[in-house]
Amino acid sequence: MTVTTEIRSSRSALTRNKLPNWAPWAVAAGALVVSAAVLSLAGFNVWGWAVLAAVLFVAANWAVSFAVEGARKATDRFATSLMFGAFIVAMVPLVSVIWTVLTNGIAGFSLDFLTSDMQGVRGRVDNATAAGESPLMGGIAHALTGTFLITLWASIISIPIGLLTAIYLVEYGQGGRLARAITFFVDVMTGIPSIVAGLFAAGLFALIAGPGFKAGIVGAVALSVLMIPVVVRSSEEMLKIVPNELREASYALGVRKWRTIVKVVIPTAISGIASGVTIAIARVIGETAPLIVTAGFVTRMNTNVFSDWMASLPAFIYYQILNPTSPTNPEPSTLRAWAAALVLIILVMLLNLGARLIARIFAPKIGR
Amino acid sequence: MSKRIDVADLNVYYGNFLAVEDVNINIDAKTVTAFIGPSGCGKSTFLRTLNRMHEVIPGARVEGKVMLDGDNLYGSGVDPVTVRSQIGMVFQRPNPFPTMSIRDNVLAGIKLNNKRISKSDADGIVESSLQGANLWNEVKDRLDKPGSGLSGGQQQRLCIARTIAVKPEVILMDEPCSALDPISTLAIEDLINELKNDYTVVIVTHNMQQAARVSDKTAFFNIAGTGKPGKLIEYAETATIFSNPSVKATEDYVSGRFG
Repeated sequence: MTVTTEIRSSRSALTRNKLPNWAPWAVAAGALVVSAAVLSLAGFNVWGWAVLAAVLFVAANWAVSFAVEGARKATDRFATSLMFGAFIVAMVPLVSVIWTVLTNGIAGFSLDFLTSDMQGVRGRVDNATAAGESPLMGGIAHALTGTFLITLWASIISIPIGLLTAIYLVEYGQGGRLARAITFFVDVMTGIPSIVAGLFAAGLFALIAGPGFKAGIVGAVALSVLMIPVVVRSSEEMLKIVPNELREASYALGVRKWRTIVKVVIPTAISGIASGVTIAIARVIGETAPLIVTAGFVTRMNTNVFSDWMASLPAFIYYQILNPTSPTNPEPSTLRAWAAALVLIILVMLLNLGARLIARIFAPKIGR
Repeated sequence: MSKRIDVADLNVYYGNFLAVEDVNINIDAKTVTAFIGPSGCGKSTFLRTLNRMHEVIPGARVEGKVMLDGDNLYGSGVDPVTVRSQIGMVFQRPNPFPTMSIRDNVLAGIKLNNKRISKSDADGIVESSLQGANLWNEVKDRLDKPGSGLSGGQQQRLCIARTIAVKPEVILMDEPCSALDPISTLAIEDLINELKNDYTVVIVTHNMQQAARVSDKTAFFNIAGTGKPGKLIEYAETATIFSNPSVKATEDYVSGRFG
């Protein structure tokens, strides 16, 4: 006797009352068509169409699901739609910013732009560019160098201080009064407006080097005031999640506490610490106000952070927009500002990608 | 290389809470001693006081004496680091260092202390320690792979290899098999029987068959009730504890009539 099993692919008893996978897409298409029709009566515009279609889709999707699948599934689909909606709303400004900067800045972006500074670029040069007689002159080499050096010195100052503070808080402080005070003040520091950090650094160096002293190092100090709390916070979290078992294993082998920290705890947490530090750098690299009051602004290359004013990318953008090189023809300056903004965004993106890469490289490997 | 441990009038406190009260015990060199007792009776806490690992827990402190071949672990000027390099410890859950290879895990006690050794010495220590932990044949072809890639039982034997690589006098084991399957448990128990030839072994276990199988002497700890301190109830030859204990509570516990 042979037993034949009937395979019912679509009409299984277990998949009854379930909408097919294409149902939401069909509802979405319907919502788009209906809202386009409604809007064509009142006057069509894209934003109104998107919003109306979205509202219609959420309502119709819920209603269809409620009728076929029941209340629980309908609620599930409703919540899913809301979450997707929130995600799209959150993405709109980000995509919009990147798109605007990309479309406006790409025209001014060239190898020349990256390798030349603004020396000799005066109003007359820009007038010629605006009249179409010469290509866009001038560039951001000096600002790029300044941003790189100032951020480098800010990192040199804040990474050791931040990391050591985090080590104290996690390994030695143990919730004592000093540790709680440090945590409190680090939290306060997180909220300091960046211009205040700039004024602090300017004031500090006015005491040390005389009033009006502006140099890259002053800007670096201002940035490190902003950077230290971020480094402390991210490193602290990373050190906290290192399992205590590893510390105990090390102690049980007769290893001293500081060696345990240096050779077991930090290597285990290094991927998180490194990516946290990179994110902290990305956080301060675009700071404008503290750099204008501390490092000043120049048009020529300066590679010495300890003397003379120093340009930086954000300050470059600010001055190009506010004080165009040629007041009668500001377009070349505006173009340079957009291109510099594009470079800044690319830098921040590279830093974030770098953070992910670092996290992956340093992560403990689970090989078999 | 193995030393005896004598404990006299030991009290363990967490803050003001008396966790273990008045323990007196003499552990001979080159024997296996098992600590048994219900959960929370202080046997793990007491085990930790034998190499000052309780000091890692905030607020924990000790009164009394623990003598290692006549030297008081709690004498003034004794560095806990020195104590721990002579009295190793294996934990409940295998905890190899995730950033290190199998080889580096075995050498961890030496490398973390920045002792310089030649490569041939290091190779010798790695091989003899892994042989001693019955792990050599399973890992000799992949010494450079991460230790966290091994199975739970292999990881635990790696931790034992790491412990014996620093050549301690005593090895403490805190429920070393509770996270392992029966086959890995058997491997560890065989290993404990071999370790006895060179080391003094103290093991905390919840498994009474295991205590009966591996130990020469057994100590039974008990607690009168929550909030009361744990106490050493009876300490005798393992055969005596399991067949003819002198205290009623011990008999109830080992025969399963506890409570």
